[in-house]
Amino acid sequence: MAIGSVLLVAALGLAIVFGLMGVINLAHGELMMLGAYTTYVTQLIFKVPLLKPYYNAYVIVSIFLAFIVSGVVGILLEKTVIRKLYGSPLETLLATWGVSLILQQFVRSVPLAYGTGLVISLIIGLFLPATFPLKIRESINFKYFKFSSWIFAALTGVLTGNLISSSVSKLSRASARNVDVTAPAWMRGQVEILGTAFPKTRLMIIIITLISVIAITLFLNQSAWGMRIRAVTQNREMSDCLGISTEKVDVLTFGIGSGLAGVAGVAVSLLGSVGPNVGGNYIVGCFMVVVLGGVGNLLGTVFASFGIGIMTDLIGAGRLLSIWPNMPLPLSNTINFFATTSMARVMIFALIVIFLQFKPTGLFPQKGRMVES
Amino acid sequence: MEFKNLKLSKKTTFIVWVLIIAFVIAAPTILPVFRLNLLGRYLSLAIVALGVDLIWGFTGLLSLGQGIFFALGGYCAAMYLQITSSSEFPNNIPEFFGLYGVDNLPFFWEPFRSPIFSLFAIWVIPALVAGMLGFLVFRNRIKGVYFSILTQASLLVFFNFFNGQQKLINGTNGLKTDVTQLFGQMVGSESMQRMFFWVTAFLVIAAWFFAKWVVKGRFGNILIGIRDDEPRVRFTGYNPVIFKTIIFSIAGGLAGISGALYTVQSGIVSPQFMTVPFSIEMVIWVAVGGRGTLLGAILGAVFINYAKSLVSEALPASWMFIQGGLFILVVTALPEGVLGWIQGDGPRNLLQRFGLKRKIETYPSLEINTRDGNNE
Repeated sequence: MAIGSVLLVAALGLAIVFGLMGVINLAHGELMMLGAYTTYVTQLIFKVPLLKPYYNAYVIVSIFLAFIVSGVVGILLEKTVIRKLYGSPLETLLATWGVSLILQQFVRSVPLAYGTGLVISLIIGLFLPATFPLKIRESINFKYFKFSSWIFAALTGVLTGNLISSSVSKLSRASARNVDVTAPAWMRGQVEILGTAFPKTRLMIIIITLISVIAITLFLNQSAWGMRIRAVTQNREMSDCLGISTEKVDVLTFGIGSGLAGVAGVAVSLLGSVGPNVGGNYIVGCFMVVVLGGVGNLLGTVFASFGIGIMTDLIGAGRLLSIWPNMPLPLSNTINFFATTSMARVMIFALIVIFLQFKPTGLFPQKGRMVES
Repeated sequence: MEFKNLKLSKKTTFIVWVLIIAFVIAAPTILPVFRLNLLGRYLSLAIVALGVDLIWGFTGLLSLGQGIFFALGGYCAAMYLQITSSSEFPNNIPEFFGLYGVDNLPFFWEPFRSPIFSLFAIWVIPALVAGMLGFLVFRNRIKGVYFSILTQASLLVFFNFFNGQQKLINGTNGLKTDVTQLFGQMVGSESMQRMFFWVTAFLVIAAWFFAKWVVKGRFGNILIGIRDDEPRVRFTGYNPVIFKTIIFSIAGGLAGISGALYTVQSGIVSPQFMTVPFSIEMVIWVAVGGRGTLLGAILGAVFINYAKSLVSEALPASWMFIQGGLFILVVTALPEGVLGWIQGDGPRNLLQRFGLKRKIETYPSLEINTRDGNNE
């Protein structure tokens, strides 16, 4: 269930990005990794004496921080690279793969403290100009304001980087080793529901998932921007003609999709240790979810991710045998053969490929009469 | 997309060929063994790059799963070598089986006792697997990005499968080939490696001619048609499924040969050949060299790998940055690759920018139109 939830949040982001913009984001896994590292950094910062009393709340804070961090990196990515490649999904695939390599190596060879500083300066640089009053923004000299706000952002970034590295010694050196996030006291232990014990962290992950799914559904269906996003998904040219700024929609969508990856990263960090390669373990699963669920369809994504999560658990742990103890021998032998985590993945992927033979467009396909998209 | 061919006179072509052949023959004496071995490996990677170019550059299918076929070819070669040199081990089976308490040879190892079978298996098995996979996928008109994702997923399936099966093919550890015997000599020995280098160089050239022959004429035209507008090809009465399946299995076969050659020269085949990054790297060699240009694929594979080994020796951490940067640069700035750029208007445009060459008058509207048509 917990794996299914992580997949769900991550795949949700991916489904939005992919379904709306036709962009294959292979860096999605690395955005998850950034989210996971954000949790780690937040945790260490909350150990500083000043913030110590609030230590227990760091998970909640880190969810929002992770959303912002991944979202901002995603927006930057969109503005610099992906913008040039709309309409050619295969090229975006390669470019984002390049981005993911850079991000991985960045985490490996740059001390986390300075990384944090850099991210903070990015956030300030991107958002500070937007906070100026309209009058200044419309004046001719606005580009100087923009420029100076970037300088200000860079300074803040360097300062915070130094501050963090001097106060939290663990973050001042670069390392490629995996790090562990320890859950706060109130999240350890187990809860009994209906006679079975669930670890609290996993419940927490499921709750995070539920909240993000509900939030994103509400956002897409109720808000004005959500409506614009849906409009662009359905017909980009038409929306453009009707005065919707597709550029802004693109940035927003990509930001939200990446932000969701960050939230998924928080969940990942609660499940196990965090390393530069953590994203790669999830990315293909996410794509499978998106493909299986049908592109541009949130309900399909939900079903597909829980389906995959539960099936992995059932096959991988050999649970089928305990549910159905006296099954015929050849069948049980087959099941034992697949009863390891890696073989379970083999089985799942094989099942998905077979499934796509019958329904090439996924569980809930979009209806249309186009020859090709 | 149109590539103007570099026009070389017959004499120049002849001289170039003589130089190439002379270099290939002389290379083992000029280069130190270590470098020769590396060059041989990269040349064998050039063959898989040719396959990628055939399916991606000409047919428009971006496969992220060429590693499957590459590794299958490697495994076929390694299984043959292991089994022919297993006579001194208990039960006449390769040594590693002893570690897992396996006494009988698994059935699928049996045919690899025959050298002729193995020689065919190296390229027939990957081609068959590719053909089957391709047929299933293409039949449902799964294409574009979905095809890429599916091939990547199948890559993971194979990777996990090979990784998990210790008792059948030694799992993660892979099969070693450098201590096995072939024609009574150690495969890892210097003279054998020299042999393999020549074989590889010859096969690269052969594969190049083969690929050139494939994309020439009607068959090649249909492939390009599929790349540029598949529904139109279908409406004209061709069945794209067959052509896509054929070209995909050709690419699979090339990958198999390449994998076998790479295996004997690197001394081991392991599931590491089936990791996702490696398969994506293959695509980037082609992208950098110039997709749609066969020569570009070969040059891209050799030079990028050479650069990789040089950079990794000097600054181990920076290769990832460079590689990532290369991906982005090629995709955004040089979508047709280096060779495509040279054959196109690249150098002239560059010279124009510095005012060194006179601008050629064209119809601006026509030029803009072709740009848009390319965007798809």
